[in-house]
Amino acid sequence: MSKRKVKDDHMPVGECITQVQSILRERFCHQKLPEKPQAVEAQHKHLLELLKRTAIHGESNSVLIVGPRGTGKTMLLKCVLRELLGDKEVQKNMLEVHLNGLLQTDDKIALKEITRQLHLENTVGDKVFGSFAENLSFLLEALKKGNRSSSRPVLFVLDEFDLFALHKNQTLLYNLFDVSQSAQAPIAVVGVTCRLDVLELLEKRVKSRFSHRQIHLVSSLTFTQYLERVRTQFSLPGSFPDAKFAQEWNASVKTLCEDKSVEEVLQRHFNSSKDFRSMHMLLMLCLSRVSVAKPTVNPSDLLEASRLCLSDAKADMLHGLSILELCLIIAMKHLNDVYEGEPFNLQMVHNEFKKFLQRKSNSMYNFEQPVVMKAFEHLQQLELIRPVDASSAKTQREYQLMRLMLDHSQIMEALQKYPQCPTDVKQWAMSAFG
Amino acid sequence: MKYVTRLRVRRVYKWRGQPVSFNRKLKTQDFGSLAISVEGLPRTTIINTGQHILIEGGDEDSPYVARVIRLFGDESGKQKKAAVQWFVRVSEVPAPKLKLLGRESHPQEIFYYQGRGCDDEVDAESILRPVQVKHLDAAAPFPDSDDKDTFYVKLSWDSKTFKTVDAALVESQPAPASSPPPKDKPSLPPSPPCSPPAAAPASRAVSRRALPTPDPTIMRKAASGEVRYSRATMSAGRSAPIEAECLHSATKLSASKCLSAKRRNAAARTPGVRKKLQLSSPEKMIHQDVLSQLLDEDLEQEVMLAQRLSSSPPQTLSVTNSLSPLKKAHRAPGGLPDASLKPTVVINRLSGLDSPPSPTGDEATSPQQQLEVELQTPRRRQNTPRRTVGTRTEQKATTPSWRRETQSLKEPALEVLAEVENENSPVLLAATTPRSSKRKSAQLVSSRIRKQLNLVANQLDLNSDGEDEDEFLPSKKELESSEEDGEGGGLSSDEEVVEKRGRRAAAPRGRTRHMTRSSSRTPRKTPSRKLTPSTPRTPRHATPSIPSRTLAARQPTNVLEEARTRLHVSSVPESLPCREQEFQDIYSFVESKIIDGTGGCMYISGVPGTGKTATVHEVMRCLQHVADVDEIPPFNFVEINGMKMTDPHQAYVQILQKLTGQKATADHAAVLLEKRFSSPAPRQETTVLLVDELDLLWTRKQNVMYNLFDWPTRRHARLVVLTIANTMDLPERIMINRVASRLGLTRMSFQPYGFKQLQQIITSRLNKVKAFEEDALQLVSRKVAALSGDARRCLDICRRATEICEHSAPDPSATGLVGMSHVMEALDEMFSSPYITAIKCASVQEQLFLRAVIAEFRRLGLEEATFQQVFVQHQALCRVEGLGPVGVSEGRAACQRLGACRLLLLEPSRLGLLQRVRLNVSQDDVLYALKAD
Repeated sequence: MSKRKVKDDHMPVGECITQVQSILRERFCHQKLPEKPQAVEAQHKHLLELLKRTAIHGESNSVLIVGPRGTGKTMLLKCVLRELLGDKEVQKNMLEVHLNGLLQTDDKIALKEITRQLHLENTVGDKVFGSFAENLSFLLEALKKGNRSSSRPVLFVLDEFDLFALHKNQTLLYNLFDVSQSAQAPIAVVGVTCRLDVLELLEKRVKSRFSHRQIHLVSSLTFTQYLERVRTQFSLPGSFPDAKFAQEWNASVKTLCEDKSVEEVLQRHFNSSKDFRSMHMLLMLCLSRVSVAKPTVNPSDLLEASRLCLSDAKADMLHGLSILELCLIIAMKHLNDVYEGEPFNLQMVHNEFKKFLQRKSNSMYNFEQPVVMKAFEHLQQLELIRPVDASSAKTQREYQLMRLMLDHSQIMEALQKYPQCPTDVKQWAMSAFG
Repeated sequence: MKYVTRLRVRRVYKWRGQPVSFNRKLKTQDFGSLAISVEGLPRTTIINTGQHILIEGGDEDSPYVARVIRLFGDESGKQKKAAVQWFVRVSEVPAPKLKLLGRESHPQEIFYYQGRGCDDEVDAESILRPVQVKHLDAAAPFPDSDDKDTFYVKLSWDSKTFKTVDAALVESQPAPASSPPPKDKPSLPPSPPCSPPAAAPASRAVSRRALPTPDPTIMRKAASGEVRYSRATMSAGRSAPIEAECLHSATKLSASKCLSAKRRNAAARTPGVRKKLQLSSPEKMIHQDVLSQLLDEDLEQEVMLAQRLSSSPPQTLSVTNSLSPLKKAHRAPGGLPDASLKPTVVINRLSGLDSPPSPTGDEATSPQQQLEVELQTPRRRQNTPRRTVGTRTEQKATTPSWRRETQSLKEPALEVLAEVENENSPVLLAATTPRSSKRKSAQLVSSRIRKQLNLVANQLDLNSDGEDEDEFLPSKKELESSEEDGEGGGLSSDEEVVEKRGRRAAAPRGRTRHMTRSSSRTPRKTPSRKLTPSTPRTPRHATPSIPSRTLAARQPTNVLEEARTRLHVSSVPESLPCREQEFQDIYSFVESKIIDGTGGCMYISGVPGTGKTATVHEVMRCLQHVADVDEIPPFNFVEINGMKMTDPHQAYVQILQKLTGQKATADHAAVLLEKRFSSPAPRQETTVLLVDELDLLWTRKQNVMYNLFDWPTRRHARLVVLTIANTMDLPERIMINRVASRLGLTRMSFQPYGFKQLQQIITSRLNKVKAFEEDALQLVSRKVAALSGDARRCLDICRRATEICEHSAPDPSATGLVGMSHVMEALDEMFSSPYITAIKCASVQEQLFLRAVIAEFRRLGLEEATFQQVFVQHQALCRVEGLGPVGVSEGRAACQRLGACRLLLLEPSRLGLLQRVRLNVSQDDVLYALKAD
């Protein structure tokens, strides 16, 4: 038995890599919760106690979890729920309803979803759910009939809580909070939102019924914590089947994190954003470069991944343009410089371009008007230029006013990287005067 | 319209001999004896004072037993009255009380009635015939006899206990025709000894005066008489159906529906019914009040009806009062169908009771009476609604006690047979009903009423059917009810609800059933229905409910948990402190409207969390309690909340459903409610409607609000509307003039709580649970009072403070009091702005972007800039800070993140570089937050 286990410890590299990929991807794609939420112990305790009281004592509560994106709000909630449901007593009692403001875009849909998740539609029998009004009164009736000590507590999780506040009259929120403030079925309303001003969205009577408990989550990470975080996120757990491979992997991750260039890259990312998702995105890109041939993560992988992450989308788009289109963009840039951001039309751009051609005398770029027109339309389709107002569709296309959606720096960056860019074009772009 | 004729026994009542005495004050004449003859039969039965008699009651088989103490009439001889001492049959004693007897009761046993609240003055025309009553010693066995007309008295019954009774009280002496000396103080309109409590409105007083009300104490002491005539045998099954039972038609039913008020009136005026009601009433204490309440509601109803029909209210009163003679008439034996009718006769008869007493010799009046009787009877045949009144009365009187006793079913055919028998038998002569003379003044009114009723009956009989008809046969009811429950489908459980209520209120079951039935079909006819608030759903609907928990909720274990439970907003406090004045104002407003039976509107405003809804609920609880002990008339309480409906027009649906349990579309519901509140309905209870969050009922045309405020102004609506909203000037702000005008000026504004009040609220909630330091409480209340005065907020903070206290304690068992520090922490948590922390914790680039925004704002002198402009600043700042150049995408990502948590306000991101940026926080805050690190 033990021998076999020893044998198991040495899996072929290919298998190990597959394992690594699956474990880490699960982690980075937020499909697996961390063992313990980090740096949010106080909030975790607060929320856990609150929900426990609802589940066990039947006390109605309402709470909002507020924090910028990627600070671990949902992770916190999920961890709390996992812990809560670990309790047998709670597991038997608690009913859960999960709503998302992006899915349940109005109260009608939300009510249907609540009814479905509470399995109340069975009680209606074959009767097809009628109007919105019926649905509402039905649900309220159900909640009203319960009382503190006898009915099962219901946990309402409202993801993207702020979007619920945009529903008409905030009927759903009012009713949920009202139930939570009256002696009806015990419910806990947990709102998750990234908007810090969410309370200002609530109507005053809704606001008054809300208990004003807010759990604020902010990522107060320092860079060292960030580095540590990267390391732990990238490390393999002790339960990895091939212990030897895991050891090697973890060691390589450790050296990676100590690398100067890597640290620089990570610092840049840390400066840019502290949110976990962007970090996971970066690590994910690194991970995908790991293969059987190259079973470790090199600093170069991280640099490449970082380059991908930070690259400018619009500038990349410029690489795919034809010379003519690029010339038009440059002409527009000059127009922008001259007229200080005033809108332009095709005729102006074409004139600017012609001026450039006259100076150059060689007619290598001598295009017909329709060709220029076509290029112009293509730019519009790519949304590199945009009409000033949509209502001007009636005017002739040549004279429609446009604005350039690119920044000066983006154009210059693109020109640097543009393959085989003619020097005269480059010079024209650089020159201060058209 | 379908007429079903029936045979009936007609009796003629006459005084025998000259008046024995004459009371000048009351203008009553006492007589020694009364002659009853059955029309068409030669025999005459003589009733003397002191004799035991049977008096017709609701139950055909067991008429009431009583002893005549006095016979008297008014001067004109129109009214014939008899003062009696009641005896109670076994069946009339409530079943639970029979246990007190401690033995099996004999079917022929009766009890000397010593209870109060029983009208001992009956209409002489309700006398059926004399019977034999024998006194037995308590220990003596009942004689073995089949004689159904002999009753045995052993004990007395005062509605609480059985006592042995003196033989002298019971056994009547053989009295001569010119029997006992008249009392010095005859009581034609005696004042009720146990009159309804003080809360009686004016109309009640009227009704009391108009009705002969009981004074059992007077008659109890009267000398004993003798039963002179022992009656022929009667079978137990249908023992005393001297009068013919009528066949029932749909018409009658429908008419009776509309006549429920009258029916009740009549019933109450029939002493037997009254007695019966009382006996079967579970609440001995209050039946008097119930009755009088019923009575005057009916009376009012009548008045309303009459007022609509004619402009002479006094006449109306006479109509109201004349119902019992009518009923008696219909019970008269030997009626023949006849087509030639004179409505006037009926009208006269109707007004009979009310007409002033006049001293007339019976000899003089009798031929006329005779004629009238003959004229009347045919009239009765056709005048279905009238006849129905009688029927209904009988049926109504068929109170639960009867049903309990007799299970034997009587087929209509059998009934007819019995009638025929009765007619041929000389026995019938004993009970004859003489007609009283008429007063012309009431003719017009009553004829109009009759027309009206006929009309209604016409409408209604379309949808009534044989099943309804059967319901008139009391004996069949048991059978019917089971059938109905089966086929009734959706209606059945509804009915049961009402029935339950009916039983609770000691209302006769049969009647309730009818009411329900009719209401389920034609809601406006019987709007007085009150559903128990707990089941406002139609039965067709399944009951939605959150499944109950498998494990019981834990109870609070320590002081802090206890305090937390008490401080939860949902816990209902024993009293609402600091809102005494408002409570009093609302209470008196609603109470006065309920008592007066009028309607009104009240507008209550106040910021959230100042106890508006709680106070109104408290008022309603109190009023409900008061109504339960019958100090004020019962009322319905309906609550709607603008926030709990999806559309303002749903208000109609909800109101209708809560009032009647009906489901309807909004438009239909509006029509039904309109009807209900604008048409007079019998015995309609006052409805108190609480409209919470009124501002949400606003529509462009404001028709919902208009209706809500317009209904109370209707004469028959009896609707009190309490509206709640947050803003004080809502009526002026959003309501158009005609709506605001109807809302009226009864306004009340709930001021935000002051810190003292908040402190008092918390203290009263905690109720001696010592969990807070005084200073801590004061801090919370002062803080909240300064911010909003919202009691909910205050309670929430306190609750949070207990949690913090609990968690901060090193040892969970040794938690101290909640102190200042805990409260401060809770306050900080709830009131601190998250922006500063958020900015502090933002990433470097985000912070730089915010700085760039401020720099750009300063440069532009505006509070708005495009992303492109800000980005230029951002890049410059990056260079200054020594960070690498930042791409546009990166910059935009930072900008979007700040926008997502609303530190910045952004235009839609599709605008790209041209997206405009504004700050959502003050520049100072941003600078402060950025400087701190």
